Amino acid sequence: MIGRNEMAKKQTVHLKINGQQREADVEPRLLLVHFIRDTLGLTGTHVGCDTSNCGACTVVFDGRTIKSCTMFAVQADGAELLTVEGLFQEGKLHPLQEGFKQEHGLQCGFCTPGMLMSTYALLQKNAQPTESDIRWGISGNLCRCTGYQNIVKAVQYAAGKMAQGGAR
Amino acid sequence: MIPPSFEYLRPKTVPEAVAMLQQHGDEAKILSGGQSLIPMMKLRLARPGVLIDINRISGLSYVKEEGGYLKIGGLTREAEMESSPLVRSKYPILLDTAHVIADPQVRNMATVGGNLAHGDPANDHPATMVALGAQVIATGPKGERVIPIEDFFVSLFATALQHEEILTEIRIPVPAARSGGAYFKLERKVGDFATAAVAAQLTLDEKGVCQSVGIGLTNVGPTPVKARKAEEFLRGKKPDESNIAQAAQLAADESTPSPDLRGPVEYKKGLVKELTKRALTRALERSGRGLH
Amino acid sequence: MIAKTSPEIGGMGHSIKRKEDSRFIQGKGNYVDDVHLPGMVFGHMVRSPYAHARLKSINTEKAKELPGVLAVITGEDLAKANLAWMPTLFFDKQMVLATGKVLFQAQEVAFVVAQDQYTAADAAELVEVEYEELPVLVDPHKATDPGSPILREDREEKSNHIFHWEVGDKAATDKAFQSAPVKASLHAISQRCHPAPLETCGCVADFNRATEKLTVYLTSQAPHAHRTLFSLVGGIPEQNIRVVSPDIGGGFGNKVPIYPGYVCAVVASLTLGLPVKWIETRSENLQSTGFARDYHMTAEIAADQNGKVKALRVKTLADHGAFNAAAQPTKFPAGLFSMCTGSYDFAESFCEVDGVYTNKAPGGIAYRCSFRITEAAYLIERVVDILASQLKIDPAELRRRNFIQPDQFPYKTPLGWTYDSGNYEGALNKALEMVGYAQLRKEQEEKRKKGELMGIGISSFTEAVGAGPAHTFDIAGIKMFDSAEIRVHPTGKAICRMGTKSQGQGHETTYAQIVAQELGIPASDVIVEEGDTDTAPYGLGTYASRSTPTSGAATAMAARKIRDKAKKIAAHLLECSEEDLEWEPGKFFVKGAPSKSKSIQEIAFAAYTNIPAGLEAGLEAVNYYDPPNLTFPFGTYICVVDIDKGTGEIKVRRFVAVDDCGNVINPMIVQGQIHGGLTEGLAIAFMQLIDYDENGNVQGGSFMDYLIPTAVETPHWETGSTCTPSPHHPFGAKGVGESPNVGSPAAFVNAVVDALSHLGVKHIDMPITPWKVWNVLKEKGVVS
Repeated sequence: MIGRNEMAKKQTVHLKINGQQREADVEPRLLLVHFIRDTLGLTGTHVGCDTSNCGACTVVFDGRTIKSCTMFAVQADGAELLTVEGLFQEGKLHPLQEGFKQEHGLQCGFCTPGMLMSTYALLQKNAQPTESDIRWGISGNLCRCTGYQNIVKAVQYAAGKMAQGGAR
Repeated sequence: MIPPSFEYLRPKTVPEAVAMLQQHGDEAKILSGGQSLIPMMKLRLARPGVLIDINRISGLSYVKEEGGYLKIGGLTREAEMESSPLVRSKYPILLDTAHVIADPQVRNMATVGGNLAHGDPANDHPATMVALGAQVIATGPKGERVIPIEDFFVSLFATALQHEEILTEIRIPVPAARSGGAYFKLERKVGDFATAAVAAQLTLDEKGVCQSVGIGLTNVGPTPVKARKAEEFLRGKKPDESNIAQAAQLAADESTPSPDLRGPVEYKKGLVKELTKRALTRALERSGRGLH
Repeated sequence: MIAKTSPEIGGMGHSIKRKEDSRFIQGKGNYVDDVHLPGMVFGHMVRSPYAHARLKSINTEKAKELPGVLAVITGEDLAKANLAWMPTLFFDKQMVLATGKVLFQAQEVAFVVAQDQYTAADAAELVEVEYEELPVLVDPHKATDPGSPILREDREEKSNHIFHWEVGDKAATDKAFQSAPVKASLHAISQRCHPAPLETCGCVADFNRATEKLTVYLTSQAPHAHRTLFSLVGGIPEQNIRVVSPDIGGGFGNKVPIYPGYVCAVVASLTLGLPVKWIETRSENLQSTGFARDYHMTAEIAADQNGKVKALRVKTLADHGAFNAAAQPTKFPAGLFSMCTGSYDFAESFCEVDGVYTNKAPGGIAYRCSFRITEAAYLIERVVDILASQLKIDPAELRRRNFIQPDQFPYKTPLGWTYDSGNYEGALNKALEMVGYAQLRKEQEEKRKKGELMGIGISSFTEAVGAGPAHTFDIAGIKMFDSAEIRVHPTGKAICRMGTKSQGQGHETTYAQIVAQELGIPASDVIVEEGDTDTAPYGLGTYASRSTPTSGAATAMAARKIRDKAKKIAAHLLECSEEDLEWEPGKFFVKGAPSKSKSIQEIAFAAYTNIPAGLEAGLEAVNYYDPPNLTFPFGTYICVVDIDKGTGEIKVRRFVAVDDCGNVINPMIVQGQIHGGLTEGLAIAFMQLIDYDENGNVQGGSFMDYLIPTAVETPHWETGSTCTPSPHHPFGAKGVGESPNVGSPAAFVNAVVDALSHLGVKHIDMPITPWKVWNVLKEKGVVS
C-alpha cells in the first residue's frame, strides 16, 4: 500500500542550480533540502528544525525565497535554484557576503546561508530597505547567536555597496 | 521529519487534476503551496498515497476586477497578493491579511486558495473572506459551482469542497463607495498562528450610517466565526466609539475559543473584543479615505 | 597596562574582522551533518510516547525485514555489553536505551540503523513496543509526597529526592532575620526552557575495523572530556578514540552532555564496522536533550529601614527530570547557585537546595547559565527590587546603598566566593546615564496620570566564570584546567591549538589576537585550531564562559614561555646579554639603541637556522593553566517597556547594557555576544517554556510552540562598557559570553513589574506572556 513504507517509483528531476544543469532520479518524497545537501552534495543549505519554522534551509527558487525543507525535489523539476554556494561569482564575494564579514553578522554560521539567501532576495526587490524592512525581510530566518542587530548592519552595508558599484 | 512514501502526479490542466482526484479517491490530496500539507506529512500526521501537484497549471494565478467582483485565482501566492497594485491600492484588508500570514518564505509559496481549502480556522484569509462576503468557486467533474463563504467552512479541517473539486477562484463583490476594511492579528511572534484575529469590513451611507458590515474572527472556534450579532447591531447605526465598543463585546460573546498555549478562553475573548474595536475603527478610517 | 599594538598586528582591543567567517559566508562550513564518509549509514531513534510506563515488549522483526535496514538495537542488546545504562556527568546514571521502564516522554527506546535516513525513519515506525502506563509525576513539589510514584527503581534509596545541599551559616542568618526591622521575600520560578542552538545534536561514529580506531565526529563543546568518558564507559582504549568537533552551530550548553544517540551510533559502528550518522530532529532536541533551569526559589532579605541589607536566606526546589544529568563541577550539586548574594554586601547568608526526580527529560545545566548563576542572579535582582518597592526607595538608589565597594575586593561572600574585582557603581552610573534615567522616571509619572503603562527595570548583576581552580573544580573527576599549545614556524607564522571548542564565539580570531598581543605576530599570521582530540592539548571545553579565563590565560602563558626563549635567541643574534634587551610587541631591542633589534620573525627563523648553543631548536610551548580563581564579570542592564492595555503585549522600547569583563580582546566580538545573549534573555523572560501536562505530555516540544524570537520581536540593543581588570588573570580579562543571559531576565521582569507596581503588582513569573499581563490588568480593573 503506497503511503506506508514502500519506495514509490523514482522520478527524474532536471533543474538548474547555481547556473549548472543537474539531474537525478529521486523518490517523490525526497525533500528538496535533502536533494540539495545529499544528492547534489551542496551542504551550505542547512536543516535547523522539523516544523518549517527556522529558515536555515532557505534557497532561491525561480527568483523567490522558499524553505527547501517544505518542498519536494520533484516539485523543482525544471526550476532554477540559487543556493549560498552560488553567491560567489566571477571570482568575487557578493556584497552581502562581504557585509556579513565586515559587520560581524555571524557567529556560529549555521543560520548564515539562509540569511544570505533571504537578504539577497530582499535587496533584489528593495535596494534601499529601512531597518524595519530588513527585520521584516528576515523574519522567516531564526538566529540564536547574533540578536540580528549586526545582520541588519550587514544588509545595510551591502545595500550601500550595491548602490555604489551597481547592483548584482 | 521524513514523510512517508507517496505517488506524485503533475497535471497540466484543471480537468486533468479533477480526473486524477476522481481516479484516486480518498488516497489523493491536492498539493498547492504545500506550506500546511508538507509539514503535516513530515510529522506523518497526513499520509496521502497520491499527491496531485497543481502548481504548474497555468491560468490559476491572477488578481483582477471583473464584472463587479475582485477575482483572485486559487493559485495566487500570498506574496503576489502583497505586491499586487490592485490589492495595495484598493483592498488594504487583503494586504493586512496576506502580510501577517506566516513569514516571507512561506508567503512565496502559500496560496490564497490553499489558505481557505485547508479548512483551518487558524488560517487568516477565512475570517477576511467572511467579512468581505466572498464566494468560493469550486471546479469539479460537473464544472464550476459557486459556494458562498458562509457555507464554505463546515467544521474543523472540513470545507464544503467535494473530494473531486478544486478551489479555482475566490470572488469578492467590489465594495461600494465609502467602504473600508482592516485585519488585526495578535500573534506570539511573527510566523505564528493568531492567538486571535479580527477582520472587519463596513460600508457607510452618505450620512455616515453603517449600511453593511462584515466581521470575521480567526482561531476562536472550530471554523472562522461570522460575528452575526455584532454585525446586526452595527447595521443601521453610526459606527461611533460607543457603538463600536458594543459591537466588539457582542463579537467577543460570539467567539468560542479553546484554551491552549496561546492563552486561556477569557483572554482570547478579551482579545476579540479589543481587536474588533481596532479593526472597526481602522475600517471606518479607511472608509473615509475612499478606499474599499 | 596592556601595550597597544598596531592594527596590522591586531592584538588586544582591536575589533579585527573574524578569520573564521570566510568559510561560513560561502556555505563551506563543516558541521557534523556535512560529514560524508564512504559506506556511511544512518541511525534513527525510536522514542517513548509515554512519560512513565513499563516496557512490556519490543518486537523488532518487521523493522529488521524492511529492505535497507541493517540493525535494530534495543536496551536488551546494550545490556549484554553493560551499556544499557551510562553514567551521567553528576553521580547518577541514565538509560541509553530503555530496559524495564520508561521515565519521560521521548525517552530513547530503540535505535534503527539503515542505508539512508528515509528508510531508517520508515523502519522506526515498524518497531512495535508494548507499554503499560504507570502513574505520572510532573509536579516537583509532589515528588516527596507519600502518594507519589517512585520513579527510579534502579536506585538503592527508593525516593524521588536526589540531594540536599546547603551552604552558609544558618544560625547566624536566622539570627539576623530575627533582629531585622525590615524583611522582603519573593517566590520565583526560573522556568524550564531549552537552549535550542540552531544546529541540533548529532554525530558520525566511524569505527575502522582494520585500524581498530574509532573516530567520532561530534557536536561537542568538550571533545577531550567526551573522549575520556567514551573510553571509560565503552571500554575502548583511549588512544584508539579520536573525537572531532568540527564546526558547531551553537552550543549554549546543549552540547556538553553525552546523549544516548551518540552511544548508540558508536555501538552500531563498532558492530557493523561502518560509519554511522545520527542527527536528531529539532523536536527530539527540545524534548530529550539537556533542558535548562526548572528552579523553584524562595528568597528572603533582612534589612534595616534605610534598605541596607543584612542577610539573605534562599530555599530552592530543583526539578532534574528523570535522571540527574546536570553538567556541573562535582562539588556543586546546585552549580554555582550560591552566587545568589550577587553584587551586594550581605553580612550573612544561608542557601539550601533540594533536587528531585520527575517524569521529564533529564538535565538542568544549560542555556548560557554559568552553572546556575542565571537562576541566582534572577532571584537576587528580583528580590532586591521587591525590597526597594516595599521601602519606597528608588531601585537604583537601593542598589547603590548595598553594592560591594571597589576597595572591598578581593571580596569574600558569606557563601564562600571570593570576587576578584568589581566597580558596580561605575557600571550602574554609566547605564543610568546612557538610558537617561531621571527623564524616564519623570515620563513614567506623567504617563501614570494618564493611565498609560510604562516601566523601567534595572539589573546589576555579578557573575562568576572561568571554572576553575583545581582545588575546587572538576567535571566527572577531571580537573578544570585548560590548555594552549603554540608553535612558531621558521617564517614567523604560528599555529595554535587549545583545549576549548568554539561554537560561534570567534576563537579562531580572539586566540590569534592574544598571540598577537603577546608575541607581536600579526593575528592574520596565526592559525587557531580546536576540537580534534588527536592534535589539541587536553582541555575541558567551552561553556560557562570559561575560554578566555582558562585557555586564553594558557595562551598568554605559553606565548610568554616562547617570548622567554625568543629573548635568548635575540641575545644570541644581537650578541648581547638578555638583561640588555627590551621588548615591544613584535621585537626585542637593545636598551638605549632601538635600531639594534630583532623581530619575532627573524628570531623564529633563527630558531631553526641559527640556534644558540645549549638551546633546543624550534620555537613552541605548551601551557596547562590552573586558574587561581574564577573571574567575576558584572554589569548593569536597564530595560524600558511600554504595555498595551488592550492586549497585554509588552514592547521593549529601550535596553541599555553596560558590561564589564575587564580587558577586552575584541570589542566587536564581545558586543556580538551581548546582542545574542540579550536576545536569549528576552525569549526566556517573555516567550519560552517547556511544560508538561498532568500525563507528562510535553507542551512546547517543537519550534511551533517553543518560541525563538525573530528580528521583528528583537529590539535594538544599546551596549556600553566599563573596564575593571581581573587582578589574577594574565592579561586582566574575564569571560563575558553568559553575562547577558545572567543579567537580562531580571531587567525585563523588573521593568514589567515596575510598569504595574502602582496597581499593586509585586511579581509575575516568567515567561511573561501577553495573556499573563492581561490577566493582571483584568484583575486590577485596568484592561481598556
